[in-house]
Amino acid sequence: MNIESNKAAFSKEPREENLVTMLWDIQRRNGWISKADVRSLAAILNVSPLDIDETLSFYHFFRSKPSGRHQIYLCDSVIARMNGYDQVRAALERETNCCFGGLSADGLFGLEDTPCIGLSDQEPAMMIGDVVFTGLTPEAVSNIVAQLRAGKLPADIANPNGYDSGTLDYVDAMVVSRIRNQGPVFFKPMRDHHAVLQGVLARHPIEIIDEIAASKLRGRGGAGFPTGLKWRLAHEAEGGQKFIICNADEGEPGTFKDRCLLTRSPRDVLIGMVVAGFAVGARSGILYLRAEYWYLKDYLERHIGECREAGLLGDDILGSGFAFDIRIQMGAGAYICGDETALIESCEGKRGTPRVKPPYPIQSGYLGMPTVVNNVETFAIVSRIVEEGGRWYASMGTEKSSGTRLLSVSGDCARPGIYEIEWGMRLDEVLGMVGASRPMAVQVSGPSGECVSAAKDGGRVFCYSDLSCNGSLMIFDESRDLLGIIRHFMSFFVQESCGICTPCRSGCVDMLTKVDRVIGGKATKQDLEDCNAWGHLMRSTSRCGLGTTAAKPILTTMKSFPELYRDRLAVVDGPILASFDLEKALKGHEDAFRNLVKDNY
Amino acid sequence: MTAKLYIDGREICASEGDVLIDVAADYGIHIPSLCYMRGRPCLGTCRVCSVVVNGSIMPACTARIADGMVVEVAQPEVADMRRALVEANFSEGNHNCPSCEKSGRCELQAVAYEVEMVVSRFPYRFAERERDQTARHIFLERDRCIFCQRCVEFIRDIDTGHKIFAIHGRGTHARIDIDVVLADRMPPEQVREAADICPVGCIIEKGRGYNDPIGKRKFETRSIRDRVLEGDKK
Ligand SMILES: Cc1cc2nc3c(=O)[nH]c(=O)nc-3n(C[C@H](O)[C@H](O)[C@H](O)COP(=O)(O)O)c2cc1C
Ligand code: SF4
Ligand code: SF4
Ligand code: SF4
Repeated sequence: MNIESNKAAFSKEPREENLVTMLWDIQRRNGWISKADVRSLAAILNVSPLDIDETLSFYHFFRSKPSGRHQIYLCDSVIARMNGYDQVRAALERETNCCFGGLSADGLFGLEDTPCIGLSDQEPAMMIGDVVFTGLTPEAVSNIVAQLRAGKLPADIANPNGYDSGTLDYVDAMVVSRIRNQGPVFFKPMRDHHAVLQGVLARHPIEIIDEIAASKLRGRGGAGFPTGLKWRLAHEAEGGQKFIICNADEGEPGTFKDRCLLTRSPRDVLIGMVVAGFAVGARSGILYLRAEYWYLKDYLERHIGECREAGLLGDDILGSGFAFDIRIQMGAGAYICGDETALIESCEGKRGTPRVKPPYPIQSGYLGMPTVVNNVETFAIVSRIVEEGGRWYASMGTEKSSGTRLLSVSGDCARPGIYEIEWGMRLDEVLGMVGASRPMAVQVSGPSGECVSAAKDGGRVFCYSDLSCNGSLMIFDESRDLLGIIRHFMSFFVQESCGICTPCRSGCVDMLTKVDRVIGGKATKQDLEDCNAWGHLMRSTSRCGLGTTAAKPILTTMKSFPELYRDRLAVVDGPILASFDLEKALKGHEDAFRNLVKDNY
Repeated sequence: MTAKLYIDGREICASEGDVLIDVAADYGIHIPSLCYMRGRPCLGTCRVCSVVVNGSIMPACTARIADGMVVEVAQPEVADMRRALVEANFSEGNHNCPSCEKSGRCELQAVAYEVEMVVSRFPYRFAERERDQTARHIFLERDRCIFCQRCVEFIRDIDTGHKIFAIHGRGTHARIDIDVVLADRMPPEQVREAADICPVGCIIEKGRGYNDPIGKRKFETRSIRDRVLEGDKK
């Protein structure tokens, strides 16, 4: 790939903000991004090749080595592991003649693991390019691989009826949207978005903000910041332009509610963004879609296009003179890009490094302009609040946690899927509703959240002051190896830490080492005290929410399942420290000896 | 606007919006740090300047002065956190001070003395990170890099402003890289500046080294504390 052909491929004025998109373009054309591509991009964008590499090497889907013709990413999440991941992985290696992390000799296949891809209700699952396969078994794997060998394309296998990629049928052919109940807010059929938007445009932006404030809506992305207040501050902020960003990164292991919203109610989300734009005075919106959801891209583009045609987006929305449009920005594989400031950096074509705060996005966000970042679910709720009124919304839920929210339920229960619950519901009620018959532990809000005991914490309540769930709910029954799960969560954070700040970069690794000590029966009381102290250090001094929460898999289980740790503690009965691994220590000597002998003869 | 604040109980007047770590230094209160450089944009990477501000812990390089602010620097718990963060850097890399060219001029080493570190509480990793000697005047002793980002942000190609240094990869697998073409264009003063700006002995100037005898080295003649408090840009 030379400069000219790359330049020709980027017909629009190439700008640094488009770097992630440009890298995707090259990779989707060639399968990978070569050194020559990096040099040509550097020349096009007038930056140094290292600057390109900084971005390229940050995202885990970007490949700087050749890929297989079919590059397969198998989801490695704790839920996948509970549903046959190991067998599927073995089947993949056997059928493709390839090892994970490498390519098959014929160059046809490449295999990689990838963290949760937002399909926890239908694991094991894998991605091949834009296409996903769910509910995998070893038999399904041999079938798929045989078809690929016979020359079929992944899309044709997953979508045998050949539906257009812009249709709901296409999405439905690949993934199921398991919506388990019908509540007052979400997934309403036959909504009149035209009328809703007309009603909004007839009012003053401040009235809209007041309406959202009256609903007491708090953001559904995790932090729970009051949406009305965020919008008011953005409305008041000075800036030549303002931006609205919809956070569809949905990276927290175990969540898939945003996927279902984007599949079943994409207009609710788009209209919510328009409402935000009108309220704060923004003309542009970005929908940041995680790369794992590429199969939704054409479908969402179609909806955006249809909204434009219907006058719900564009230069003069419903004849009001208000202009607002939305573009999709694809992610490239980085959990940290769910953090709003990392997400903004990523939208600007850079590494997903969380920014130093202040300033906050509402002061200085995308391109340094005031920016509102909200979660997919938040926007969907907004579209309902402006329809039914803030008071209607505030009348549901509890005093401090108004309304309803979506839960993505997975793990050991009879009916995994999406549930709309009113804030204020108790944990045991939810467990009953989803058919969890022998629950032991419940991971609320994914690895960054809290692991609670079904026996002791059943009376706890879903609300911002108790179980302030971000939508992920994973259930583990008594047969599960909780320490193994904790280890998996910690290694997730090791892989996903951006590494820019010391406590998180270093602390995640140290905490993982501690779990290994516990699992290996080598931990002493001192190790548990270290976990507490080091976890507190990470919590207090990390730069962003990843580092401040990364120790929680250990800290919260030490609280809810202390016996898990206590029972594994090493008994100190000799002069040697329990943590001292005699075998390992001696092995170093053996290795050294062997090397010396080798060198001498 | 003038604001009144308290640092360790001492009443202090400063301008609203000023950077806490600078204001503290002006009043003779040393808050150690590894990435911050007075007068330059805050990098916020090392977190070693963490202090308690109005009850919560935050780095003094990002905290802005506000009226009525109550700051605790000496509080034992947060002081121990600062020490822990310094220690973490020693565990992550390989730091054999006695053989290191930077010894005596090294900010990590100096700050470690300042926070009274004895040994790292974290397990030493003995990381293997390949050294890069391809540039003509600089080599990178990567196992000493603490990822402060100073070189990435502050050392740029003079003609184009392009990055000469950059971080490859992420998390614990990250690695500092150098653009050899641009590095070989650096004038000698800039090479010196890069080696000086690196708080550790990762960016090393070739053909020069161990110039000052033990006892006469930078932080031996004047401690890092004194230098910071006297406004020396280090
Ligand atoms: C490591 C990390 C990951 C995050 N991931 C997401 C995510 O996937 N989706 C999301 O909406 N918010 C995520 N957030 C929260 C966002 O930073 C931000 O608070 C949110 O998008 C704001 O929207 P809301 O006010 O509607 O909740 C994440 C935060 C952190 C620190
Ligand atoms: S806490 Fe972790 S993810 Fe967040 S900025 Fe620091 S290193 Fe990066
Ligand atoms: S970089 Fe500093 S701390 Fe590390 S070995 Fe050299 S002198 Fe010691
Ligand atoms: S090489 Fe030196 S200046 Fe650059 S990031 Fe590493 S420690 Fe900081």
